[in-house]
Amino acid sequence: MDPSGALTVELTQARPIPLAVSLACTGGELLALVGPSGSGKSTVLRAIAGVYPSARGRVVVGGDTWLDSASGHFRPARERSVGFVFQNYALFPHLSAEENVVQAMGHVVPAERVARARALLERTNLAGLEARRPAQLSGGQQQRVAVARALARDPKVLLLDEPFSAVDQVTREKLYEELATLRRDLNVPMILVTHALDEAAMLADRMCILHRGTTLQAGTPQAVMMRPASPLVARLVGLKNIFPGEVVEHDPARLVTRIRWQGRIFEAAHAPQFAAGARITWVVAPSHIVVHRRDRPSRGERENPVSGVVERCIELGETTALSLRVGAGERADIFLSLPTHAARRNGLAQGVAAGISLLTDGIHLMPAAESLTIS
Amino acid sequence: MDTTALLLSLKLAACTVAILAPVGILVARWLATREFAGKPFVEAAFALPLVLPPTVLGYYLLVALGGHSPLGRWYEATFGHPLVFTFDGLVVASVIFNLPFAIQPVQRAFEAIPEDLRHAAACCGLTGLQSLWRIELPLAWAGLVTGAVLTFAHTLGEFGVVLMVGGSIPGETKTIAIAIYDRVQAFDSPGAGVMSAVLLLLSVVAIGITFLASAKRRRHGS
Repeated sequence: MDPSGALTVELTQARPIPLAVSLACTGGELLALVGPSGSGKSTVLRAIAGVYPSARGRVVVGGDTWLDSASGHFRPARERSVGFVFQNYALFPHLSAEENVVQAMGHVVPAERVARARALLERTNLAGLEARRPAQLSGGQQQRVAVARALARDPKVLLLDEPFSAVDQVTREKLYEELATLRRDLNVPMILVTHALDEAAMLADRMCILHRGTTLQAGTPQAVMMRPASPLVARLVGLKNIFPGEVVEHDPARLVTRIRWQGRIFEAAHAPQFAAGARITWVVAPSHIVVHRRDRPSRGERENPVSGVVERCIELGETTALSLRVGAGERADIFLSLPTHAARRNGLAQGVAAGISLLTDGIHLMPAAESLTIS
Repeated sequence: MDTTALLLSLKLAACTVAILAPVGILVARWLATREFAGKPFVEAAFALPLVLPPTVLGYYLLVALGGHSPLGRWYEATFGHPLVFTFDGLVVASVIFNLPFAIQPVQRAFEAIPEDLRHAAACCGLTGLQSLWRIELPLAWAGLVTGAVLTFAHTLGEFGVVLMVGGSIPGETKTIAIAIYDRVQAFDSPGAGVMSAVLLLLSVVAIGITFLASAKRRRHGS
């Protein structure tokens, strides 16, 4: 028995849904499984829970094998001790909140079930609503019942399938906080499926990018979003400034690598794995683009300065999205967004000249992409 | 008014419902939750009595259950009397004839339960039987009521199959539908009228119950 209760999942199958999944999550860790719709996120959760019986591969929890299709071992869902919060909660509509929670307590002596269910409902801020049926509860309250029911199982793994997608923005933010509080006391691996990157960045210790049933990269949300392993991951995490370039030279003393793009030389974070002269794809995180003040140049503008003309300037409420044309040809626009008041104060508008700096730490190199579009 | 025939019909309907209720639940749940090769053919086979002329079905049942068939011979050897032209034979025929009425409404009701609910039940640690009893049946009850009522009412009105398999033996196989036909043949219009009115009333009540059940289901959104 593995005392940390870690979960490891290896799924490999060609049909009916192609999967090449490899992920690990330790006890107490929250791993966000992120990917576009149809990437197989929910299927992975179902395979872990045991409600997708045609899954092929291995699922091990705390040294306990739940699935090993090579040896034909399959433990049915009811014997797996998983807490599963379904996307639409899947509450039993004919049962009260309390009865829903009690259903997951087959392992508890009957005399204690009601008291424990009440304690769980209180912990999920539902005290006083025990007797309500799901239809008499708001979306946020239903989600809390689903979480309470999942915890009632005393799960060895907690699985959350887009648990915030069915509630409004205000409720969602409240539920984020509640989950963040709740998880402090949980010592089991937790997997959160989501297509919202901000959600993953906010809640997860690590995130894993899934695309067409294949896990592409895992790491802390910041690492994955700042240093994607491939142009595809860069696209999937929403980075817009992805460009082809060429390595010029490495400067190990200053820990920088110089690259050429659009006839310019930039200093990027040191990436010695790419040989000088190699074609690469580079990306710059939005947090590492600094807009120069148009009225008063300052010293910070020496780092990879680029100047160009504002091609598009669109106000989206409190933020303004800009694209700056810095060269000729197709992929010569750098995208950035900044607070609308800052854009206005700086006089940024369509057609005006502007300068930006691409901070060296934020320029990350990746293998050259065959194509920069996701088919 | 042929009370014997009416009571016999009610007894036959009750026996049919009692046998078909568990069969209907199991077959309906199996069809609602499993995908397998040839499923449409299985479903078609269960639906066949809906389109088959009752006399045709009756003829085949007569052949299959009669004294020359292995089943008929086995039954006679075991129970000491033949299956055809007896109440037992009527029950067997009635069960087969009513399969689609017992299965289809229940199958639709099980199909209406979201798959995630079954998955949630499994993740809660419920066994298949616990999930059926605590979650699925309470949600599918309207379909069960509809299936039971349709089967009951349909059995009361059965004519062709009953005549073929049971004949018209008073107190044994002469049901109310056959009694009505007998009365008409004997130019006893008032007798036929009273019994017809009773069947009409029972049918109206039956159909009323099924509509109430499905309306209630819609209101509860389950």
